[in-house]
Amino acid sequence: MPTTTADPVGVLTGSHFIDGDHAACEGAIAAGARFSSGYPITPSTEIVERFSQRAPVIGGVFIQMEDELAASITLQGAVWAGVKAFTVTSGPGFSLMMEHIGYAAMTETPCVFFDVQRGGPSTGLPTLAAQADMMQVRWGSHGDYDIIALCPNSPQECFDLAIKAFNLSEQYRVPVFVMMDEVVGHMTEKVVIPPADQIEVEPRHFTTKSKEEFLLFKPDENGVPEMAKAGDGYNIHVTGLTHDERGYPNMTPPIQDKLVKRLLSKIRNNAEKIWLFEEDAIDGADVVVVSYGITSRVAQRAIDMARAEGIKVGKFRLITAWPFPDKPIRAIAEKVKALVVPELNLGQMVREVERAANGRCKTIPVSHAGGSVHRPEDILAAIREAVR
Amino acid sequence: MSTTLVPINPVEPFLRTERMPHIWCPGCGIGTTVNCFTRALIDSKVDLKNLAVVSGIGCTGRVAGYTNLDSFHTTHGRAIPFATGLKLANPKLNVVVYSGDGDLFAIGGNHLIHAARRNVDLKVICVNNLIYAMTGGQTAPTTPGNVVTSTSPYGTYDPAFNLPYLVEAAGAVYVARWTTFHVRQLAKSMQEMFAKKGFGFIEVLSPCPTLYQRRNKMGDGLDAMKDYKRNSKIRPGCPTSEVGLVKEGEIIVGKFVDRERPEFMDMMKAHLSQSLGEKYVQPNECESACGEEVPQCSL
Repeated sequence: MPTTTADPVGVLTGSHFIDGDHAACEGAIAAGARFSSGYPITPSTEIVERFSQRAPVIGGVFIQMEDELAASITLQGAVWAGVKAFTVTSGPGFSLMMEHIGYAAMTETPCVFFDVQRGGPSTGLPTLAAQADMMQVRWGSHGDYDIIALCPNSPQECFDLAIKAFNLSEQYRVPVFVMMDEVVGHMTEKVVIPPADQIEVEPRHFTTKSKEEFLLFKPDENGVPEMAKAGDGYNIHVTGLTHDERGYPNMTPPIQDKLVKRLLSKIRNNAEKIWLFEEDAIDGADVVVVSYGITSRVAQRAIDMARAEGIKVGKFRLITAWPFPDKPIRAIAEKVKALVVPELNLGQMVREVERAANGRCKTIPVSHAGGSVHRPEDILAAIREAVR
Repeated sequence: MSTTLVPINPVEPFLRTERMPHIWCPGCGIGTTVNCFTRALIDSKVDLKNLAVVSGIGCTGRVAGYTNLDSFHTTHGRAIPFATGLKLANPKLNVVVYSGDGDLFAIGGNHLIHAARRNVDLKVICVNNLIYAMTGGQTAPTTPGNVVTSTSPYGTYDPAFNLPYLVEAAGAVYVARWTTFHVRQLAKSMQEMFAKKGFGFIEVLSPCPTLYQRRNKMGDGLDAMKDYKRNSKIRPGCPTSEVGLVKEGEIIVGKFVDRERPEFMDMMKAHLSQSLGEKYVQPNECESACGEEVPQCSL
């Protein structure tokens, strides 16, 4: 499928000293987002604060909605009008958005959600970090569906993965989630924004077929249908009901089977193309630390400390959390004594790691209820235990 | 030479006839409102290519799926915010929200009042059958007085919303109420609302013989029409505070509100132009978002 490069309008090429929230906003703009509907919630608000300032000078629109239910569906209306759109939130707001994540999955509406995670449950820790929405993002809406979720660990990656998220959403017509956390969102670092012509952007795949030929939900060879927008003259129909290739409701078991299996398979069959991860010193390692987001940076300290003690430690950083890169984890599990999984929750992605390892090696969680990052010593202790 | 003995129903091109028969019960009034809607479209000569219909969930929520236009069947209560996104991202679109009383005023009530407050250019047609019909006839925030519903077996006692009063207070520029007996007035009113910029709202009182009337021994669809004929009083300009519906008694219909307020997009553009001067780039000037051809816009 053809990619193009970023619209130079709005690309702030150069070096910046900004936090992850601001960088995420610039990534969205560089990816072509021109619409955002938001509802304020700490620690994600800065993303749309920046967008509200930037949108009017780049031909964009920001609207502050009355709640997250509205924010998470208004952007989908905008997408069907033809623009690229996003919303941002954190735990409590994310809970309210679940229904519309299902709607986006069912209607194959390409869009991006930024979830800057904070401690929960409920109002929890509004201003403090957690990584406790990792299962919610995958399973939070009812029914069977697949999504893509990416985990940045720096402001630079907030920028880079925001672009990636928009590109994947257009490629697979799914909602894509940038799973930040409070620390990454509020951490200020150097962010380099390349020239627009070096930023790859996936355009929306609008059909060129005639009205008679075009079916809004007829998949191509990758399982992904082409799009049309309101006003194109195709008289499209979009529904959250189980629908046939015309988009018409058809609530029969065979149509349900065909549709829902395709919604899953377009991600599952392309998972290897979607996976992004970072590996370091896996070969010869006795133990590998599997981490993501801010925790990967704390884990790096623990890995360095363990190596100083002579322990052979590898690093596997999940950048794509969903679809979960189970094959690479399984391959590592064949070769090591243990996988150590620190995360700012009481055991979420570790379940996936354990599933992928499937008994080939030990899986050691390093849980943390959130509110701060781990102490590197706690991860180090788990590494020592792993090789004992 | 061929002679068409039975001319095509002028409404037919507006419907996805391949989806017929529809799901609505005999005696239901939703089909009548759709008939009025299509006649209003014909008479208003609106650009159909740029017309979108957005519905929520429920019996009336199925209207979008039967209209042969760009049509969106969204989630329960969220037709208005979806429609807001469509309209803001492409102001050329004429966006009609077609949904029921439970969808718009219970689960979607917050969105409705805020869209009216903003005066977003949306045309809302609310078919009010006084009940949640799709789910089997439960009490709605519109259920008037002491009536039996499937969740109020001993009768309802909580007060109902007066929809025109609420919508006027929230900021709508056009507010009217008709019943499915008033087909000509309803079609004309829709046409008038389409021509008016801003948040417009029409309530259409519609029979639900299957789930509302049956439980309350109120007869069938025809009986409802007779009631509407007998009890309706056309009072244009009537203060909306006086138009609340009661179980049996006067039904005040007519156009209640027709006023001017600046529309949301107009306000946004005027305000940002004033604040930012030449730096302001209007959204529809820049269609680069989807990687189509990139017109030159300057920061």
